Amino acid sequence: MAELKETPLTQLHRELGAKMTGFAGYDMPLQFALGVMKEHQHTRAKAGLFDVSHMGQVIVRHASGYGGAAQALESLVPVDLMSLGEKRQRYGFFTNAEGGILDDLMLTNRGDHLFVVVNAACKDADIAHMKAGLPDCDVVEVTDRALLALQGPAAVEALAPIAGGCEIMKFLDTGIFTSDFGELWISRSGYTGEDGYEISVSADQAEAFARALLAHDAVEPIGLGARDSLRLEAGLCLYGQDIDTSTTPVEAGLTWAIQKSRRAEGKREAGFPGADVILDQISNGVPRCRVGLRPEGRAPMRQGTALFGSEDAETPIGQVTSGAFGPTIEAPMSMGYVAASHTAPDTQLFGEVRGKRMAVKVASMPFTPANFKR
Amino acid sequence: MKFTEEHEWLQDDDGVVTVGITDHAAEQLGDIVFVELPEVGTEVTKDEEVVVIESVKAASDILAPIDGEIVEVNEAIVDEPSKVNEDPMGDGWFFKVKPSDPGQMADYMDEAGYKSFIG
Repeated sequence: MAELKETPLTQLHRELGAKMTGFAGYDMPLQFALGVMKEHQHTRAKAGLFDVSHMGQVIVRHASGYGGAAQALESLVPVDLMSLGEKRQRYGFFTNAEGGILDDLMLTNRGDHLFVVVNAACKDADIAHMKAGLPDCDVVEVTDRALLALQGPAAVEALAPIAGGCEIMKFLDTGIFTSDFGELWISRSGYTGEDGYEISVSADQAEAFARALLAHDAVEPIGLGARDSLRLEAGLCLYGQDIDTSTTPVEAGLTWAIQKSRRAEGKREAGFPGADVILDQISNGVPRCRVGLRPEGRAPMRQGTALFGSEDAETPIGQVTSGAFGPTIEAPMSMGYVAASHTAPDTQLFGEVRGKRMAVKVASMPFTPANFKR
Repeated sequence: MKFTEEHEWLQDDDGVVTVGITDHAAEQLGDIVFVELPEVGTEVTKDEEVVVIESVKAASDILAPIDGEIVEVNEAIVDEPSKVNEDPMGDGWFFKVKPSDPGQMADYMDEAGYKSFIG
């Protein structure tokens, strides 16, 4: 096995007593001293600091400026980038010719270029995909910066003394701030369902910046364990688990991220890989959809659990793609794909756990209400 | 008290053996959110899966350390699985078994042996 890569904060994680784990080729903290449950609860109540430096940060430039870069990138994503406002961010995904999802990502209009954040496990493929698909653009991975996420209701009070002005940002606003830790690229976003920020900081300032945030009473370091339960409670997909090349955005319930202008009869209809499949699915429906699931007992239904329409049905009608115990809702929760006939909220299903059929109901997501500053 | 290599403890009180997991195991597992216990009256065989516990991240099995009949289970940890993390060697016990071959207890480590086993 290849040696795990480190982030600019790996040494700090070890110093803080993190239990480390290999994730997407990186040596990452699974949990800190608080443990997954308390880290999760702390993030919802105060603020959690996450190292997400393993994710890819990419700059896409075009000689003609933002418009050229946006127009070019629209050939790879079903997202309206042309009308994305300056300093605004949008969620999107790369699709393939079959309409499957190659990766999900965040896209920012930075005035004269695009800034893209992609998943760690996909970043090399994503960059190759952009270089091949955007011959007129300059696609450059940012390798000298760390990426931190500060999430939770107290995130604003911890960051504002360092990056004055970040407190007036709204959800999905972005900005470049000067600070004692050099230039900070900040977006008011994250992946926990909480208010908060993602902050790109120069790698050589990352540890000092993280220490400054951790010095705030409300901030605790949080590992990947709680990141996973937080994003699942927030109803958000994990690439490679809930979405991948075998799922389309429509099946995955991500149609909201395809703006009207890119849909049938829109101003810039189609023009992205798999558009024929995806636009047909938007019009005519899909055989299966991603849904939230609430098991009725205390037992979590984890990834791979087969779902049945009745207690004695022989053929499964779906499968769990993510499942865990939700510390905020104090109950197990899952998401997965089920046949379109079984997607209405409160539909009674059965998941097969250790050979037994356990009752589970289709539930609306998010499992916990989002706390974004819109 | 005796200890297994699977990080269970066994406490024999007048022929009834209480079984739980060690502090070390509870710490390794992390926050426990679900426990499934056997039914009272079940006959169990050594190394048979008898309890399912799930922590925040993963499910694990607890094996019966000895042959015998389950005579009592700790319902309190079903309602409040966190009791296992809080007091694994006390209030967080799992079940009591009446051994059919008490001699099997002799195979297990004493406390000093277990301490050196976990290093």
